[in-house]
Amino acid sequence: MFKATVYVTVKENVLDPQGVAVQGALHSMGFSEVSKVRIGKYMAFEIDTTDRVEAEERVRQMCEKLLANTVVEDYRFELEG
Amino acid sequence: MNFAVLVFPGSNCDIDCYKAVEQTVGQPVDYVWHTATDLSKYDCILIPGGFSYGDYLRSGAIARFAPVMAEVAKAAAAGKYVMGICNGFQVLTEAGLLPGALRRNMSLKFRCHSTILRVENNKTAFTNQYEVGEMIDIPIAHGEGNYYCDEVTLEQLKKNDQIIFRYSDNPNGSMEDIAGICNEQGNVLGLMPHPERAVNQLLGSEDGKKMFTSILNAWREQHDAASIG
Repeated sequence: MFKATVYVTVKENVLDPQGVAVQGALHSMGFSEVSKVRIGKYMAFEIDTTDRVEAEERVRQMCEKLLANTVVEDYRFELEG
Repeated sequence: MNFAVLVFPGSNCDIDCYKAVEQTVGQPVDYVWHTATDLSKYDCILIPGGFSYGDYLRSGAIARFAPVMAEVAKAAAAGKYVMGICNGFQVLTEAGLLPGALRRNMSLKFRCHSTILRVENNKTAFTNQYEVGEMIDIPIAHGEGNYYCDEVTLEQLKKNDQIIFRYSDNPNGSMEDIAGICNEQGNVLGLMPHPERAVNQLLGSEDGKKMFTSILNAWREQHDAASIG
């Protein structure tokens, strides 16, 4: 059994309006050192397999097919266990 | 000519689409549930607006895997007319039947008001009753209508005349003021504005009517019957 953690963010070259809004808020609060804010999604789930290579391949497929829209989003994931 | 209006859990413009078909072209129309596995009797498939599957994960991301979508892909490949409105547009991009993606509106606001569109191409099955350059009043209602595609795709859209509608006053930050695009073959259209909400002066505009009569006209021309006036 592995615990998978998937992070999905808007691609760097694609505008992230939420990130821009949050960055503006941080600046107006005095956190002027902040730049390049991106808002993303965090997903966690368990995978029923003992084979790490297989688990990685399966999670990659899930990301490509459903969890991320690779036209506008990047993803990365971690496996634990 | 047979129209299908797809219904997903969370669709909410399905009744409007159904009524618009009845009132604009008076052709047979059915609601078709997302689990359907045969669309062969339909000549035009409308994917209505709403929040299919609650828009969970991303708008259209889950709907695009509904059983009926395999049939929509088949119908599109067979040259039948497919029109995705609002959430329907999002479903079509997620399904890869149209290029690009719809991002959060630049303003982060859900925008619900009338918009003026410019008809960019009237040589499609969806716009043959309009003039190029015609300004039409069609309402929008969306939070994620900010069209994006990479530059190579954008060049292709322009080269093939696939940009069908542009906003005259961009409400969501979409690239090139894009409001609606079609596929390369021209038989699949996706647009954020709602033509089905603009089919009668009582609704504030009837400029959407010609999108439906265009489809019937295209179908009749294809089937060699007299075109409607």
